[in-house]
Amino acid sequence: MENLESLEKAINSELTTKILSSNIKHDQINICIEDNNLIDVMIFLKTHLSTKFKQLIDITAVDYPERDKRFKMVYLLLSHEKNSRIKIEFDMQEGEIISSLTSIFPSANWMEREVFDMYGVEFKDHPDLRRILTDYGFKGHPLRKDFPLTGHNEVRYSEEDKKVIYEPVKLEQNYRNFDYESPWEGTRYIKEQAKK
Amino acid sequence: MAKEVKKLNLNFGPQHPAAHGVLRLILQLDGEVVEKADPHIGLLHRGTEKLIENKTYAQAVPYFDRLDYVAPMNQEHAFALAIEKILKINVPARAQYIRVIFCEIGRILSHILNVTTQAMDVGALTPTLWGFEERETLMGFYEKVSGSRLHANYFRAGGVHQDLPKGLDFEIAEFCENFPKIIDDLETLLTDNRIFKQRNVDIGIVSKQDALDYSFSGVMLRGSGVPWDLRKSQPYDCYEQVEFKIPVGKNGDCYDRYLCRIEEMRESVHIINQCLANLPKGPIKTNDGKISPPPKKEIKQSMEALIHHFKLFTEGYRVDEDEIYTAVEAPKGEFGVYLISDGSSKPYKCKIRAPGFSHLQAMDYLIKGHMLADVPAVLGSMDIVFGEVDR
Repeated sequence: MENLESLEKAINSELTTKILSSNIKHDQINICIEDNNLIDVMIFLKTHLSTKFKQLIDITAVDYPERDKRFKMVYLLLSHEKNSRIKIEFDMQEGEIISSLTSIFPSANWMEREVFDMYGVEFKDHPDLRRILTDYGFKGHPLRKDFPLTGHNEVRYSEEDKKVIYEPVKLEQNYRNFDYESPWEGTRYIKEQAKK
Repeated sequence: MAKEVKKLNLNFGPQHPAAHGVLRLILQLDGEVVEKADPHIGLLHRGTEKLIENKTYAQAVPYFDRLDYVAPMNQEHAFALAIEKILKINVPARAQYIRVIFCEIGRILSHILNVTTQAMDVGALTPTLWGFEERETLMGFYEKVSGSRLHANYFRAGGVHQDLPKGLDFEIAEFCENFPKIIDDLETLLTDNRIFKQRNVDIGIVSKQDALDYSFSGVMLRGSGVPWDLRKSQPYDCYEQVEFKIPVGKNGDCYDRYLCRIEEMRESVHIINQCLANLPKGPIKTNDGKISPPPKKEIKQSMEALIHHFKLFTEGYRVDEDEIYTAVEAPKGEFGVYLISDGSSKPYKCKIRAPGFSHLQAMDYLIKGHMLADVPAVLGSMDIVFGEVDR
């Protein structure tokens, strides 16, 4: 890992106001930006001689349902020349449309499709924004925290119809999510009952 | 008078032996030339990331075996490293060496499968039969150490589950002695084989720039002449203490990638030999009772050990609030785990960065202008396993 501090300084001095905050953690630079500066920051990091973060490693989102700005977008870049990694992140509201990186990194195409599929975040100027991992005609966005673990539909082969059919999920037994964190005071629902 | 030629749309898969799993590839053909390829993935999507969010850290490990099921332990390694870095656990030297040995065994497992099935895709059957015999031996080692041939669930945060059974190190050493001969045999069948070369040389060429732009990693990147290997550039565990070379390709075609894999297998054998020679004695997991379960003997005597055991197997260990991206050099490329912990015993988010996902994305770019018969050759050389692509 080549001198991360000097690299962080260089990025800060070049991008100045576009960076809200930056730090170094676990051998990796983290910077927070505003969503409308995304393209500028990415072009700088990819092309500038002092950074050369030429490879996009991954794009993902994190869902915080209780926050005002619900999603946090995360971009991970890697620089082979400097042998260092950087993480760029910003917060965004549900329904906000953010710029696509496909013009800068062709590999952003599927990564953004995955974020769209899993979180329902939409991208501006994306050439082909379809679902990617879920089934044809799937509804909902599975990685949002309010999406049930069991999903909504299940498939089976129907002997009567002679084809595979979709049905609402039927559970013989509910998913058992025990609260192990405070076994001495009883589980959460018992505490709630006691309060009443 | 020019006759109007209709373009043909062809469905390749989802049940095609050369698709290496469940890939539906919609090909637009002009005669025999491929004009466009649109891979439809997700047929093996199991929602691994969602499931991990609902399981404790220890329960999440087996899901990593089921990603790239050809080299299970390499995936577990990335997850274990992520937790270790957050919790600042020191892994005992012996555990580090054992982990590296089994990661390299995983690399050989994966490369044998890839090289031989790629050969089968272009018409050679014998390498598969020879190679799979060796895979059987290697999976025997997996079974001896973890109890299971494929889904090992062997690496833990802070070390490995249990020590090598008696005599296993000699068996692995014996394998390492014989295996280079097998690689030579495979090479006599393939490397100078006229048909194999005709099917692979100058097919699916990736330039250096495109390899970077398309987020390629592993052999796909090295085959195009970029000397980049995370084991060297960002070493983890005991990779710093072993010596090995990184094979790099010249032309970035399917044939160069095949040669890189062959050489990497030889280097893996070299690494395993060094690890076995220097295998230190000592514990195989951290002795922090808050993270790794106590030995059975202690549970019967020590109240504290009993409490630790109970807490670890009900609640699981808690991981401090933090976020981290760790990557390892898996056989197929950079396998990364982006982990966000919230202080509880379950991950808040665990994004898995699978190398095959970015590789398969470039299918359209790689196959454009090639013939239909080149599709399996290119697909084979990309080393796609759908467990990790679809997650």
